[in-house]
Amino acid sequence: MHLTLTVNGTEHALDLDPRTSLLDMLRDHLDLTGSKKGCDHGQCGACTVLLNGRRINSCLSLAVMHEGDEITTIEGLGEEGKLSPLQAAFVAHDGYQCGYCTPGQICSATAMLGEVEAGWPSHVSDNLEDQPQLTDAEISERMSGNLCRCSAYPNIVDAISEVGGGRK
Amino acid sequence: MDVNFKMDKPVERSLLDTTNQNIISRPLDRIEGPLKVSGRAKYSAEFKLPNMAHGVLVGAAIGKGRVKEIDVKSVEALPGVLMVVTDTEKFLRNPAQGMDTEAPKQGVTSIDYFGQPIALVVAETFEAARNAANALSVTYEDAEGRFDFDARIDTAKPKKDSEKNQGDVDDAMRSAHANVDAKWTTPSQSSAAMEPHASLAHWEGQKLVLYGSYQMLSSNRLQLADAMGLDPEDVRILAHYVGGGFGAKLGIGPESVAAAVAAKDLGRPVRVVMTRQQVFEATVRRSNTVQHLQLAADAEGRLTGVSHETITGNLEGEDFSEPASAATQFLYSGANRRFGNEIVLMDQVLAGSMRAPGEAVGMLALEGAMDELAELLDVDPVELRKRNIPERHPTSDLPFSSRSLAECLEIGARDFGWSKRKSAPASTLEGEWWIGHGMATAARSNMLIKSSARVTLQPDGRALVETDMTDIGTGTYTILAQIAAELLGLPIDAVDIHLGDTNFPPASGSGGSFGAASAGTSVYLACEKLRQTIAEKLGGEVEDLVLSDGMARMGNTSEPLSELIAEPLEATATVEPGETGKAFVQAGFGAHFAEVAVHAHTGEVRVRRMEGTFAAGRILNEKTAISQCFGGMVFGIGTALTEDMMHDHRYGHIVNRDLAEYHLPVNADVPQLKVKFLEERDHAANPLLAKGIGELGISGAGAAIANAIYNACGVRVRDYPITLDKLIDHLPDPKGL
Ligand code: FES
Ligand code: FES
Repeated sequence: MHLTLTVNGTEHALDLDPRTSLLDMLRDHLDLTGSKKGCDHGQCGACTVLLNGRRINSCLSLAVMHEGDEITTIEGLGEEGKLSPLQAAFVAHDGYQCGYCTPGQICSATAMLGEVEAGWPSHVSDNLEDQPQLTDAEISERMSGNLCRCSAYPNIVDAISEVGGGRK
Repeated sequence: MDVNFKMDKPVERSLLDTTNQNIISRPLDRIEGPLKVSGRAKYSAEFKLPNMAHGVLVGAAIGKGRVKEIDVKSVEALPGVLMVVTDTEKFLRNPAQGMDTEAPKQGVTSIDYFGQPIALVVAETFEAARNAANALSVTYEDAEGRFDFDARIDTAKPKKDSEKNQGDVDDAMRSAHANVDAKWTTPSQSSAAMEPHASLAHWEGQKLVLYGSYQMLSSNRLQLADAMGLDPEDVRILAHYVGGGFGAKLGIGPESVAAAVAAKDLGRPVRVVMTRQQVFEATVRRSNTVQHLQLAADAEGRLTGVSHETITGNLEGEDFSEPASAATQFLYSGANRRFGNEIVLMDQVLAGSMRAPGEAVGMLALEGAMDELAELLDVDPVELRKRNIPERHPTSDLPFSSRSLAECLEIGARDFGWSKRKSAPASTLEGEWWIGHGMATAARSNMLIKSSARVTLQPDGRALVETDMTDIGTGTYTILAQIAAELLGLPIDAVDIHLGDTNFPPASGSGGSFGAASAGTSVYLACEKLRQTIAEKLGGEVEDLVLSDGMARMGNTSEPLSELIAEPLEATATVEPGETGKAFVQAGFGAHFAEVAVHAHTGEVRVRRMEGTFAAGRILNEKTAISQCFGGMVFGIGTALTEDMMHDHRYGHIVNRDLAEYHLPVNADVPQLKVKFLEERDHAANPLLAKGIGELGISGAGAAIANAIYNACGVRVRDYPITLDKLIDHLPDPKGL
């Protein structure tokens, strides 16, 4: 099937097997292997990308559902020498070890900070009305869709907390 | 220039203590960090070779029996399908065990466990291969399977040479002032590294090149060569980045041989990535264990007897048995001692090494038993441990190379505020939560493994380190750069580290917490040799040489390295274990302290605080070392509370074979952990004076949580993981408080 979409600001026209997931499109067809495959079942978050600014598990979405969409992957957030604030904070706080879950963590955190700013409550928010604060508990709760077997969680929370404006 | 060094006697003075570059030990950022956080670090499945085909493995849909027929025709005509490989002779029955030098059992006509890979479907695209793999029709002949461990426990056979007896434990138990005599059980676990096992194979004539997600390339190469009937020289394995291993990638997996066979038959590169389900079903697990612990103590709380006997399961033909008593054998005193392992033959996925094989689950039992004993004796748990630190190894009478256990216990207790703990269980209720505190000792044996590296000083003043060592998240890239920069007087960004390629000198690989010390020592030795050569060039003694900021100084002469070296200056060094490995007991030690909350009505457990204090010789990079300890401690949280790989007793399959059902700790399960290292140098371990750190953090961690749960609510669970169903019926009535 024919598909046109924008990835990291570049428009791509592709002919794809309709069974191709958005994740496999990125990894196998566009050579954007920064998005990782940890489970292919929406269970680990390693494949998290931004779809029109919102975080999604790209393994759970078929590429052909994204005609005209704008996708941002980890490669689009920054590169060596020009890291995004979150990418730099993950390096400074050692928010990773093997690095395999890391692109997903960073894409997820990028969107998550926007969700908090927009006032979206979470399971650990005190109530549904007030502006949620970026506490450690809020960060941990909102980042629990991204597994890290190396277990860099404490450092991931530190990195996100710093970029989000310091400890609350 | 080659250097060979055998660790035959303690190293009195390490160069690292004399160079004053202030690079070693510093908490520097990982040098490969920018590549990882920007998605540019390439893992095995991410190399793209021209004309590459995609393979998907097909696993057996029965747990025991025989393949009658694989109906290749059922999928051959599907669009895009290239071939179905059913190489029943070469295919691996199961992965190789860590450090094996031969192929594991090959041949897959008979099925020995559910999910055992029996075929590989290869197609032009991943989508076509996946579809055809699902459609492949296979007929089986079923056989009676050995799937129920508990029902078969009486058939357990002693593991060769595992039995150790000293004195009379039974007598010690009878005459003890207090004793503990109980069984602990732990379930099968999965390493569940986030990167699934992957192999991309291609042939350059008769030579096989494999991008493989593996931890120990030099032995992986021997395994793969043997499996394929090749000369090891004709096999090259590459693994620049590995997405976690934790033991599951120590030995080659079935996907490697399948990819190699297919690539050969097809004359094209073939990539095979295991599905997450296949990683659970067809790689390697930590065996479930039944551990019988006996502790006998006198009225002063001194141990008089220690017995730790373990029963595990494994496939026929495999003799690995989780050495759960590994630390128990040297950690505490007691004249009467008994240890042993037994194996139950099971038709279940291979049991092998997972992070800290032995201590990781053995210390759950030992440290649980110590907690029970402390209560019986009415002695503080920290004090009981301190009282039983033996002078020398309780059996061999060998000295310890270095051991700051008492200090870790004391400092850890102080930092945690242990003295404020209420020792009576179920004493503190906060809202609907019982609050409790627990502790446990950490201990993990230290090893040195043969390892080589080449270091080259370039005329432009940069250094290049080459070794087939891997970095599986452990920090290898960074610590090797720190060692070279420290010893050669270079800024860290003037050192290039090339890892993960068997074309480089063979290293220890990553496993058993020996990687940093072993590979690090080889780099150290090569740099030491280069220092000597530089000193000779300057016409002086190496003792007088100062290398700093890219300059070489000798007395009053000072020259930039780049001017001193016209040709690349190269040294290859190999370290081997020697006499100090036999003359000393070597281990890292530490203490875990945990605070938990147990919900008074549901039994839900939350870890609120967890602190680890460790001593493991010189810390090579404080930042990556802390991360390693965090990782171990979080494995401990998973072990204590959630991880449980369930085997079906009737059909032999793994019931929870994915990340939704096998519960790894998530971010919300983990509080802000604290780790502290005590200053220590181990002169018998290696010239770096460092000990392993990757597995120390897990050893004892889960026990501290279990002990805290008991302290919180008074329920003692000896059957891991401690899920709420095991607590809920026994919770005390909160109204009494
Ligand atoms: S790969 Fe998409 S959630 Fe795991
Ligand atoms: S860094 Fe290895 S899984 Fe997160």
